[in-house]
Amino acid sequence: MEQRIIDQQLNVLRDKVLLLGGRTEVAVQKAMESLINRDSGLAQQVLDDDKIIDQMELEIDRMSVEILALQQPAAHDLRLVISVAKITPVLERLADHAGNIAEAALIINDEPQLRSFPDLSLMADNAVQMLRAALDAFIAEDATMSRQIIKQDRVIDAGYKRVFSELIAVIINDPTTTASAAQLLFVAKHLERIGDYVKDLCELTVYLTEAAFIKHSSRN
Amino acid sequence: MTKISVSNLNFFYGKAQALYEISLDIVEKEIVAFIGPSGCGKSTFLRTLNRMNDTIPSARAEGKVVIDGKDIYAPGTDVVSLRRKVGMVFQKSNPFPKSIFDNVAYGIRINGIHSSKADMAERVEKALSDAALWDEVKDRLNTSAFGLSGGQQQRLCIARALAVQPEVILMDEPASALDPIATQKIEELVVELKREYTIVIVTHNMQQAARVSDRTAFFMLGKLIEVNPTQVMFTNPNEKLTEDYITGRFG
Repeated sequence: MEQRIIDQQLNVLRDKVLLLGGRTEVAVQKAMESLINRDSGLAQQVLDDDKIIDQMELEIDRMSVEILALQQPAAHDLRLVISVAKITPVLERLADHAGNIAEAALIINDEPQLRSFPDLSLMADNAVQMLRAALDAFIAEDATMSRQIIKQDRVIDAGYKRVFSELIAVIINDPTTTASAAQLLFVAKHLERIGDYVKDLCELTVYLTEAAFIKHSSRN
Repeated sequence: MTKISVSNLNFFYGKAQALYEISLDIVEKEIVAFIGPSGCGKSTFLRTLNRMNDTIPSARAEGKVVIDGKDIYAPGTDVVSLRRKVGMVFQKSNPFPKSIFDNVAYGIRINGIHSSKADMAERVEKALSDAALWDEVKDRLNTSAFGLSGGQQQRLCIARALAVQPEVILMDEPASALDPIATQKIEELVVELKREYTIVIVTHNMQQAARVSDRTAFFMLGKLIEVNPTQVMFTNPNEKLTEDYITGRFG
């Protein structure tokens, strides 16, 4: 089959989203590492890299508008451009949460070390793994896989509840830990939000492949 | 309410079969667009709906085309009154070498629809107004139709079709020879006319089909491949052939 002009542009668009997704994934990973290893240099790097992610978002926006205006895509082509245009801000916000975690790390790293919270690490691992799988599913246009990933968000939500209770207990037992523990509460919340954004991403993959909007459909 | 019901229609030019087993219902006061590559049979099909193909020797239709409950291919069908009921607008505007007024009055006169001179003037004005042309021509009704621009000539032809009070209007690429502004006017007019008429429009311009029609039918090699609400056709067609065509994967 002949290559259409739009094919080349859609491929570039797809690649750009994949790059953006990859950077976002790395940002979340590095942010958690900077927290766990008390590495403020790494946390600062996450914050610096966020500017690149913002630029990538603008570039994808610009390209999506251009394709819509000049190529007037229809059917699957149209759904691809629309889902990319909707996924991009989701990824950018997801990266913002990584930045927020890095900011928390910068604060906590200056405080005395708290005990470790395995559930928090587990939440982060789950979030990163979900994000990676969601990006794979988007590129493979795999709606079945996307639906499975959406269900995994429950694990992160359950983790959040456990971490929340644990941290409240820590604060009650030793009020001097309040400042650090409160920052970790924020981190847990950011991870919980990241899980939600990954879900949005998966819903857009379902739209891309099946033309069905499953968002708000009694949470799938 | 179903206005036109086509079932198992086959159409031949001599031995060459142009349409295969077409079945399609068209509802009253909807706009249906026919799309498909050149030679796919969409214009042929359009012309079977008012037996315009009858004028071609050796052309032959099999199957049923029922309009308002009557098979238009049944023996004894009054083709002249059929064509009054199912009017047609062609790709190339084809005004008569007459005045603007007489172009519109022509159909009214030969069909003896008017009761008086004043009634005639009223009917001409209404047809020109319905075709969104009245304001542009009201001061020069007695000048030649050839003095009008391409877009105006096409709207004059639409006025001429409307003048005999049809119920269905068939349009065969009505805007393909027009510039974007004239095209937009025709498209707005088509949407406006939907209030009173059932409209079937053949177009090569996919965006035009998307803009004006309620449903779109896709034809290929004489077969009706898919018919669906237009928003479905352009966002998520059922058939791979449709998807390939509307996304330009084959010519």
